[in-house]
Amino acid sequence: MNEIPVSIKINGKQVTASVESRTLLVHFIREQAELTGTHVGCDSSSCGVCTVLLDGDKPVKSCTMFAVMAHGHEITTVESLAPGGVLHPLQQAFWDQHGLQCGYCTPGMLMTSVALLKHNPNPTEHEIREGLSGNLCRCTGYNNIVKSIQQAAGVMSQAIPAAADD
Amino acid sequence: MTAPTTEKFAMGKSMKRKEDPRFLQGKGNYIDDINLKGQLYMALVHSPYPHANIKGIDSSAAMKVEGAVACVTSKELNAYNVGWLPTFHGLDKQMVLADGKVLYQYQEVAACYAETREAAYDMAELVEVDYEPLEVVNNPFKAMKDDVILRPDRENKTNHIYNWNVGDSSATDAALAASDHVVKQHVVFPRCHAAPLEPCGCIAEFDTMGRLQFYVTSQAPHVYRTALFLVLGIPEDKIHVISPDLGGGFGNKVPVYPGYVCAIAGALVLKRPVKWIETRTENLTSSFARDYHMDIEIGASNDGKLTALKVNTVADHGAFDAAADPSKYPAGMFGIVSGSYDFPVAYANLDAYFTNKQPGGVAYRCSFRVTEASYLIERAMDIVADELKMDPTELRRKNFIRKDQFPYKSPLNFTYDSGDYEHTMDVALERIGYKQLLKEQAEKRAKGELMGIGISTFTEVTGAGPSKHFDILGIKMFDGAEIRIHPSGAGIIRTGSKSQGQGHETTWAQIVAEELGLDPQNFLVEEGDTDTAPYGLGTYASRSTPVAGGALALAARKIREKARKIAAHVLEVDERDLEWKDYKFEVMGAPGKSITMKEIAFAAYTNPGDNEPGLEATLYYDPPNMVFPHGTYVAVVDVDRETGETKVRRFLAIDDAGTIINPMIVEGQVHGGLTEGFAIAFMQEIAYDEAGNNLATNFTDYLVPTSLESPSWETGHTVTPSPHHPIGAKSVGESPNVGSPAAFVNAVIDALSPLGVRHIDMPLTREKVWAAIRAAEGQAAD
Amino acid sequence: MFPASFEYVRAHTTDEAFAALQQHGFDGRVLAGGQSLIPAMRYRLARPAVLVDINPIKDLEFLKEENGFLRIGATTRDAALEFAPWILQRYSLITAVSKVVADPIVRHMGTVVGSVCHNDPAGDWTATSLASRAVMVVRGKNGLREVPIDEFLVDSYTTAVEEGEMALELKIPIPDAHTQGSYQKIERKVGDYATCAAAVQISLNADGTIRQAGIAITAAGPIAMRVAAAEAMLVGQKPSLELIKAAAAEAPKIASPNADQRGSSEYKKDMTRVLVGRGITEALQRLGVNA
Ligand SMILES: Cc1cc2nc3c(=O)[nH]c(=O)nc-3n(C[C@H](O)[C@H](O)[C@H](O)COP(=O)(O)OP(=O)(O)OC[C@H]3O[C@@H](n4cnc5c(N)ncnc54)[C@H](O)[C@@H]3O)c2cc1C
Ligand code: FES
Ligand code: FES
Repeated sequence: MNEIPVSIKINGKQVTASVESRTLLVHFIREQAELTGTHVGCDSSSCGVCTVLLDGDKPVKSCTMFAVMAHGHEITTVESLAPGGVLHPLQQAFWDQHGLQCGYCTPGMLMTSVALLKHNPNPTEHEIREGLSGNLCRCTGYNNIVKSIQQAAGVMSQAIPAAADD
Repeated sequence: MTAPTTEKFAMGKSMKRKEDPRFLQGKGNYIDDINLKGQLYMALVHSPYPHANIKGIDSSAAMKVEGAVACVTSKELNAYNVGWLPTFHGLDKQMVLADGKVLYQYQEVAACYAETREAAYDMAELVEVDYEPLEVVNNPFKAMKDDVILRPDRENKTNHIYNWNVGDSSATDAALAASDHVVKQHVVFPRCHAAPLEPCGCIAEFDTMGRLQFYVTSQAPHVYRTALFLVLGIPEDKIHVISPDLGGGFGNKVPVYPGYVCAIAGALVLKRPVKWIETRTENLTSSFARDYHMDIEIGASNDGKLTALKVNTVADHGAFDAAADPSKYPAGMFGIVSGSYDFPVAYANLDAYFTNKQPGGVAYRCSFRVTEASYLIERAMDIVADELKMDPTELRRKNFIRKDQFPYKSPLNFTYDSGDYEHTMDVALERIGYKQLLKEQAEKRAKGELMGIGISTFTEVTGAGPSKHFDILGIKMFDGAEIRIHPSGAGIIRTGSKSQGQGHETTWAQIVAEELGLDPQNFLVEEGDTDTAPYGLGTYASRSTPVAGGALALAARKIREKARKIAAHVLEVDERDLEWKDYKFEVMGAPGKSITMKEIAFAAYTNPGDNEPGLEATLYYDPPNMVFPHGTYVAVVDVDRETGETKVRRFLAIDDAGTIINPMIVEGQVHGGLTEGFAIAFMQEIAYDEAGNNLATNFTDYLVPTSLESPSWETGHTVTPSPHHPIGAKSVGESPNVGSPAAFVNAVIDALSPLGVRHIDMPLTREKVWAAIRAAEGQAAD
Repeated sequence: MFPASFEYVRAHTTDEAFAALQQHGFDGRVLAGGQSLIPAMRYRLARPAVLVDINPIKDLEFLKEENGFLRIGATTRDAALEFAPWILQRYSLITAVSKVVADPIVRHMGTVVGSVCHNDPAGDWTATSLASRAVMVVRGKNGLREVPIDEFLVDSYTTAVEEGEMALELKIPIPDAHTQGSYQKIERKVGDYATCAAAVQISLNADGTIRQAGIAITAAGPIAMRVAAAEAMLVGQKPSLELIKAAAAEAPKIASPNADQRGSSEYKKDMTRVLVGRGITEALQRLGVNA
């Protein structure tokens, strides 16, 4: 077997393990880091339920990366969004606006949304729909996900000047 | 709108969902999140051929893979007597692993068990199977010739599975013959798949006491337990089925799949837990929905009164008759095909055939074949309107079952509970601005632009069902509910249903809270564990609110009756002097003197008097009838004449689902169902080629629309409560999937109607629309 | 699904990568963004023995204008182009294509160079490279060589990159102020490859006649193809509706699309005509010409 040492900083914590070169990043996250919020929904890189952030702001499909490719990089998953149980404005908005049903796509949707709002803090509905178009949802029909992101964008853009005060 | 007048306590409120915090933080517990110590992984070998004899299977190379543990074929399963499993309605049986031959592409042929997931797949790739290809029967019309008999294992050597019919054949023929107009159309509802984002999967373990611990993605855990007893012969007390959080289901997680049996067999023989998670390809190739080829004839008088309805259907059931229909309803509720209209006579006939395709016929977001029926009648109504040169809304208005006709006995044997079709349609037409749209359309048409307006005024039948008619594997289709109130007034609710995202943890708490005047936030809702939940047939076919919801309301009322006794004891009055009013018991004639349920709960454990202590109830609800939700949907579509591209500019859904428990959740259900209906109408199909190859085996070919294709949905509702349901609720989860395909297709055909296009079968791909335009233009040029 | 085993080589420099590729020859394969390779490996349709990961090579991640060319390095992601404001202002063809390749998440890993090297019959960057007359820089045994895109694209999934070689960058001539482009793509949904697509780039002379035209179609044959006859027809002419129509009519003549789930051969052929026509029209509109 082609085992290789891999070390990835996941949600701020260095996770090191020896894995087969063919191990997909999503399995490293789920099994080595034991973070099961990141899901798998297909084999063709089509669904985006495995989306995580690479080096802070790049949403990537963790099923379409080998764990070895993330060696030395930082990965952020859904588990990092609510430190101390305080929901991120996006999580809160998804809750308020009923932006989830079965919840299977939700972690990936949230991570894409985090990146989306970083790149574009005030997106239009069309820009939101474009930005989310790599993440499938089979339950919600997207209406409420769009609304959730609009709510979060509003809350977060108000929060920024407040934060700059201190 | 006839909104409920009294201010409700928990009912009718858009309460935020109690389950969400865990999903939002990645703390859901889905099947692949569960791992058992020492577990093996299983991978399946699938047939590349749609029809072939198996001359031999050689697993020696596979067993050389590092980490290989075992490889199992039908030979081993047959030795344990688990080579075949009965299908749900008991009319057929299904191979677990191919036994002597394969009957469809991707059929399960062997199961490989290994120490790691990767090794299991390495093994599966190396299992050598010697196939002898046979002639392929890739459609039911070829099947009906019986030139090739696909199932020689069955007693009757024919591909014909069954005939089903309902209604009055000769009266219908006579009425058609006497009609001014008879409109005929062949309509296909293509093969689709529910495709939840989480595929199916399981982990099987026999614990140290030999008890089967079976974790599985199941919409119907109790049915699984009983089915496993029937298949494996394990006593039911030795089977524990646990269905964790489900990442969607939509009917896909109702059947018992061969992979489950292989995992259990592996766990039994290898004495280690076995985990199996479907690949997306396995998910898409192991079951299906729809695939009805329908011929409809409608009679009408010159002034637009419908006189008769006749439907003849050929059903493609694939290799096994694994349709998840109730035993007495092999064609499900297809009899709802007379829809919202008052046909004097009707007749529906259906023949089902085996073909070399994946088995299934699951109730995909519909109450067993209702989608096919609703689509057919709503599509056909537009064709009738077109032939009679009537506005499609006027034809419908003229023929609706009137409000005063309920309960309405349909010519195809259903008794519709309630409805107000005309009102719902009027609300929809008003809100969409139908008159303005017609004007805009006329202007566009004058310029040669293609714009269409599509209407669907469907009626559904859900909530299977009354035990005199409905059973699965002989088990009547009731549901159980259990409520326990703790001393503090908090409580736990358990039902035999199983949420897949519908929000039962919230709505069940709301129903009970409403009945008891307690805080819905303080109810824990638990489902999916057969050791703790009361028996129930599960969640599919829009049956949870009609059946489990009814059970809950009645169980809560049982608790209220018990509470009345305790209240009487505490207040020192006769229980007949107590009145349940404003969510508390009041002493009649003494308005100040009252006791809340919270106080009663405490008393039930601290001061019950002569009453049995505690405050809990279990109840099994056998619904007296089905419920009949309805709605009016309107689609507005623009068609690009050059490319065939269709753009749904607006879509409005006005649903009447009876009493609404949680408007936010209802709206969410509608959005999701509409998106699935949109996909079926425009892009989804499990297509097969001539050679029997499955052409939609992953998400690159079985298309799920993204946020960019999906229209922005507009919704609304009217409320016509069900007269027989304990809280007047009907159901809504499936309506949008049932009602919307016809609205989409009607809109596109309406756009194309100036060219003389009358019908196109779904999915309405660009190419099909382009071809229809081309053909019409070609004809015009000739 | 899970890929078959392979040997992994992490390259930090172009030299390291090149050495590894030379060493493994036919068995070795460049791993760029992995967005084509990894899905194929998961289905075990591809099973390379050795993967040479070029992602850690910092020197190959660049997007800059130099000597008249837009230079796109081998590890530069699609998203880098999509999000660069200066690209948005001046490169209308690239801006358009960078929003419709794959899906927004895939674009954060997928590379332009990798896509052109992959040479998928329905690739978007290949057609774009043809229309903008790009040049690929390839490193071989004899050093670097610049291969014009028309020579680079050899056949489906086959390019001028030989065994043991690698591509380093794609160079696209910088469009001047009188050049505009358009990308027209029909896809069944986001994330699907094109049913048919057309890349168009038009440059005008001061007198309003067409100085240069780049027209290419993809998903219309074994590889993306230049519609040379249409280009020739446009050059030197003043734009008109008839001219556009005639040029567009050249596309189906060279198209030889396969019938598949996305559409019949007839449909796709007709779409080459429609999309080339729309592409020319839109590029002209961006130049302020309403034909
Ligand atoms: C869901 C999905 C949808 C997609 N849709 C589209 C689409 O609509 N249009 C489209 O054009 N593409 C599409 N793609 C493909 C995507 O754009 C790929 O990223 C791209 O084609 C390949 O780029 P890559 O960097 O990921 O290459 P890789 O996958 O890493 O490599 C692809 C091939 O090129 C070779 N290669 C890569 N770099 C070099 C190099 N520097 N020198 C020599 N050889 C090299 C590799 O060895 C490999 O054979 C899609 C991909 C996915 C997953
Ligand atoms: S699991 Fe579907 S894209 Fe990653
Ligand atoms: S909430 Fe179920 S897939 Fe999105």
